[in-house]
Amino acid sequence: MSAEIRTSDGELLSVKLRKVERRRRTTAFLLAAPLLFFIVFAYVIPIFQMLGRSIDNVQMNEFLSETHEVMQTWDGTEMPGEDVTSTFFYELKGLVEEKNHGKIATRLNYEKGGFTSLIKKTARKLKDFDQNGNFLDQFIDVHKKWGDIEYWLALKRGTDAYHFRKYLTTFDYEQKFDGSIERIPEKKRINVTLWLRTIFVAAGVTFCCFLLAYPISHLLSVLPTRYSNLLMICVLLPFWTSLLVRTSSWMVLLQKQGVLNDTLVSLGIVADEGRLELMYNMTGTFIAMTQILLPFMVLPLYSVMKTIPPSLMRAATSMGATPFLAFRKIYFPLTYAGISAGSILVFVLSIGYYITPALVGGAKGTLISNRIAYHMQQSLDWSLATAMAAVLLVAVLIVYWLYNKIVGIDNMRLG
Amino acid sequence: MGEKKSDFVKFEQVDKSYDGKELVVKGLDLDIAEGEFLTLLGPSGSGKTTTLMMLAGFETPTNGEIYFDGNPINNIPPHKRGIGMVFQNYALFPHLSVFENLAFPLKVRKIDKAEIEERINKTLKMVSLTGFENRMPAQLSGGQQQRVAVARALVFDPKLVLMDEPLGALDKNLRESMQYELKHIHETLGVTVVYVTHDQGEALTMSNRIAVFNDGKVQQLSGPNELYETPVNSFVASFIGENNTFTGTVKELASGAAKVETSTGEIIIANPIAVSSAGEKSRISLRPERVNINPTEQIENRFEAEIKEIIYHGDHTRVRVNLLGNDDFILKVPNASSNSKLNLGDKVNLGWSSQDCRALDY
Repeated sequence: MSAEIRTSDGELLSVKLRKVERRRRTTAFLLAAPLLFFIVFAYVIPIFQMLGRSIDNVQMNEFLSETHEVMQTWDGTEMPGEDVTSTFFYELKGLVEEKNHGKIATRLNYEKGGFTSLIKKTARKLKDFDQNGNFLDQFIDVHKKWGDIEYWLALKRGTDAYHFRKYLTTFDYEQKFDGSIERIPEKKRINVTLWLRTIFVAAGVTFCCFLLAYPISHLLSVLPTRYSNLLMICVLLPFWTSLLVRTSSWMVLLQKQGVLNDTLVSLGIVADEGRLELMYNMTGTFIAMTQILLPFMVLPLYSVMKTIPPSLMRAATSMGATPFLAFRKIYFPLTYAGISAGSILVFVLSIGYYITPALVGGAKGTLISNRIAYHMQQSLDWSLATAMAAVLLVAVLIVYWLYNKIVGIDNMRLG
Repeated sequence: MGEKKSDFVKFEQVDKSYDGKELVVKGLDLDIAEGEFLTLLGPSGSGKTTTLMMLAGFETPTNGEIYFDGNPINNIPPHKRGIGMVFQNYALFPHLSVFENLAFPLKVRKIDKAEIEERINKTLKMVSLTGFENRMPAQLSGGQQQRVAVARALVFDPKLVLMDEPLGALDKNLRESMQYELKHIHETLGVTVVYVTHDQGEALTMSNRIAVFNDGKVQQLSGPNELYETPVNSFVASFIGENNTFTGTVKELASGAAKVETSTGEIIIANPIAVSSAGEKSRISLRPERVNINPTEQIENRFEAEIKEIIYHGDHTRVRVNLLGNDDFILKVPNASSNSKLNLGDKVNLGWSSQDCRALDY
C-alpha cells in the first residue's frame, strides 16, 4: 500500500466508504433480523437446552448434595460408613417431607433397576428409624437390597451433576460400577441395530429416489415449458398434501387386503393365500419414504439438468461418441452437483424420518427417530432421548461436512 | 488423393417437416464440392439450420436422400458419420479442460496417447492456443472458446466440418478477425466446410459459394461476387447488401433491355433478369453505389431527385433522396472533398446504367 487515498473532500476513502455503506448494511440487517431472532429463540436455544439434558443431572445433585459430597471420600470397595448412611438418611427424610423422593427414585432406577421400589419402601419406613446410629443395618432391615454395595455405588454415581453414560446407552454400551465399559447383554441390545437400519434405509431410499428421479428430471428439463410445467406439478403434488394423509393412503394401498394386493390377486399374479407382506416391515417404509422424499431429489436434479445445453450431447455424438458414451462421459458428470445435492437432502431427511416408519414400518421397519420418540413419550428417559438426538444431529453435521468437503455447499441448487 | 468430387455431399429432393403441416425444407437439391467452403445464408426460419442438422444427423429428412462421399447417410446415426461440428454456443464440455475437450473425439476413436498429444498440440498451434491445454472452458474468453470449439471439430481430421453460426456470440471486431482466421484454416487444411449464418457480410467474406435460403428453398447458389452483383430474384437482391427498388410494369422487352414504367409514369431502362414478357409486373433493383450524382457522360437513366436527409458515416455519407416517388432512395457518397457540397433540400441529377439496374420478379 502506498499513499492513503482520499476523496475529493479530503476524507479517507476507506472511512468515507464505510459511512456510505453503513445505511445499506443496517437495512440489510434489519430485514434479516426478525428471522434471525426467530431462529435463535425458537430453534438454536431450544435445541441446545434440549441437548443439555443428555448430560444434565443437576437436580439429583441438588436433592442429595450433602450425600454426594460425603460419598466423594468413600472409595466404594467396602460398604459405606456411618457418615454416608446418616447423611443420606437425613436428606432422604427431607425429600420425603417435600414429596420429592419419587423423582430421585425414577432417576436412580436408570442407574440400577429396582431402585424405585427400594426408595418407596424405605420412604415409608423412615419414621421408624432409630436416629442414634447404625443406619446401614437399619436400611438393610427395611430392604435387603441396601446390603448390596452396588445400590450404594449407583447412589454415588447417580448424584453426579453431569455424566455421559446416556451416550454409551445410545450405542448399547454400559459403564459397570468399577468404571469399565462393556456392551450390554445381547438380548437387550437394540439401538445399534436401529442405527444401522436407519443408515441402511436412508441410503436405500436415497438410491431409490435417485433411480426414479434421474429419468424424470431429465424429461422435465428437455420438455417444452407447457408440458414440463404440468409434469412438475405432478412431481410437486405430494408437497401440497399432508404427510399424514399420504402415509395413510400408502397404508390403504399396501396392506394385506389393500388395493395393490387385491389387484395382484385379481390379475392372478399372486395367489390369495400368498398376498404380499408390503406393510409393517422394511418394504413399506422403503416404498412410502421413497415416494414422499422423491421431490427433494427431483428439484435439485432438474435445476442442474436445465442448465446443461442439449448441444453438449450433440457435440459429443458428432465427435463419434455413442449416445451411451456421451451420456456417461459428458451428461452424467455434469449432473454430479444435482445428484449430490439431492442425495444429501434425501439422506438427511431420511435419517430423521418419523411419521412414515411409525405408521407403516411396524416393528421391523422402525427407525432411530421412533426410538427417540419412544423414550420421549413412553419411557420418559429424556436424557437418553436427547443423547440419541444429539448423536443424530452430529451424524447429520458430519454428512454436511463431508458434502462441503467433497462437493462444496455453494454448488447446491434447489430450483 | 484423387480428383476432388463435385458432389462430395449431395442433397437429393430433400423435404423436412416437423409438424406434418408445414415444410421447413422443400425439395432441396444441393451439391457440395470437396474442399469447398459453402455457406448456407438466410433469415431465421429459412431452413438453413435444419439443412445443416440433417447433414449432421440430428434431424431425419422427411423425404429424399442425403449422400456423403457417395454413400446414402439417412440411416447412419450422427456418431458414425465422422463429421466435425462447431456449435452456435461452442458446446465445450465445461467439466473438461481444453486438452480433455480436444482429446474426447480422439479417445472415442481409441487413438493411442502419444498421438493424441501430438495431434492436439498441432491443432492448438493452428488456432494459436498453445499453452492453454490445462485451462477450463470457463477460464477462456469468448474468442478463445470459439477457437477451442473449432480445434475440437478439426482435431480428428474429419472430411467435412459443419459450423452453425459459430461467430454469432462474439463482438464485432473479434468476429471479423475470426472470419479471416477460419478462412485461412480452411485454405490450409482443404477440408470441406458447410457454414450456416444469417450474417451476409460473414458469408461474402468467407465462402467459395453461398446458398441463399428463404422459405425452405435455395434462392440462389453462386459465388459471393455474383451473388452481390447479379442477384437472380428480388429476395436475394434485398437480402444481400443494400438495395434501392422501384416497382413497375414492363412496357417493352428488347434484347438486353427492358423498358419499365414506374407508378409515376416514368420509364426506366433496365436489364431484364427475371422478366419474360411485356405487361409483367417487375421490381427493379439498383445498388446505391451504382448511382452517379450529376453525371457528366451520356447515361441511359437520368432523373432529378430531392435530398431529404444526409447521414454522416465517417468514410462515406448516406444521402436519402426522393426519386420517382420513392422516398427511401439511398445514395452512398464517398467522403471526398468534391462531394461535400450536398445540402438538404437541394435538387440533384442522378444517373445510372441500364446494366446496373436489374428488372427482377415482383
